[in-house]
Amino acid sequence: MAQENQRPNNQGEIRYLTPLSVDTRKKKYCRFKRSGIKYIDYKDPEFLKKFLNEQGKILPRRITGTSLKFQRRVAKAVKRARHLALLPYVTDLMK
Amino acid sequence: MNKYETVFILTPVLSDDQMKETVEKFKQVLTDNGGTIENEENWGLRKLAYPIENKNTGFYTLIEFNGEPTIVAKLETAFRRDEKVIRFLTFRLDKYAAEYAVKRRAVRKAKQEERAAQEAAAQEAPVAEEAPKADAPAAEA
Repeated sequence: MAQENQRPNNQGEIRYLTPLSVDTRKKKYCRFKRSGIKYIDYKDPEFLKKFLNEQGKILPRRITGTSLKFQRRVAKAVKRARHLALLPYVTDLMK
Repeated sequence: MNKYETVFILTPVLSDDQMKETVEKFKQVLTDNGGTIENEENWGLRKLAYPIENKNTGFYTLIEFNGEPTIVAKLETAFRRDEKVIRFLTFRLDKYAAEYAVKRRAVRKAKQEERAAQEAAAQEAPVAEEAPKADAPAAEA
C-alpha cells in the first residue's frame, strides 16, 4: 500500500492531482476472428451466455468487441437457442 | 439437395417407447419424401429455460438430413399436426454450419467411444476383483 501511494508522488505534482493511473485499456478484439470460429452453435447455451447480460439480453458490440459479421451470427444463434428454450427470453440473475 | 437440421421438443408425459416411436414417425416422414437422414441425436429429457405449455421439461431430438427444399414444409406440417411436439426449429445448414456439424459429430462419437471404453474398463475391474475371491473360498475348501 505504502509503495503504491508513493509512486504518483515521484512522477510530479501535476500528475498527482489528476485521477491516479488511468490504466491502459486492452484493445477489444473479436474472439471469433482471432480464434477462427466460423459457425456459432446455438446448441451450446453455456458458450452463448458469454454474450448475454444478467437479464438474458444480448450484449452490444461495444462491450464484447465482436465484429459486425459475427455479432449478427451471435444474435441469430441466441435467438434460435431462445426459441428452443435452451436460453430464457427474460430472466433475472442468470449465471 | 440441401442439408438441413431440425430440433424438436416432445412433451415429457410420453414414455420412452412412445417418444422413440414419435421420432421414428418423423424420420419416416423424411424418408418418404425423398430425404436421407445423416445424423440423429437424442438429448434426452432436458429442463426448459422457460415453461412451454405449462411444462418445464421436454425430450429434445436433433435430426440432420438431406433433401429438396419442399421437404421442410412437409416436415413442419407433420410437426404442427402432432400434439406431442411442443417446439421445433428447422433450418438449412450453410457451408460453415455443415463443416461444424461434421466436426461435432466426430467429437461426439469420440466421446461416446471413450465413455464406452471407460464403462467396459469399469465392468472389467470388478470382474477381475471377483475372480480371486471366487478362487479363495475354493482354495480354503
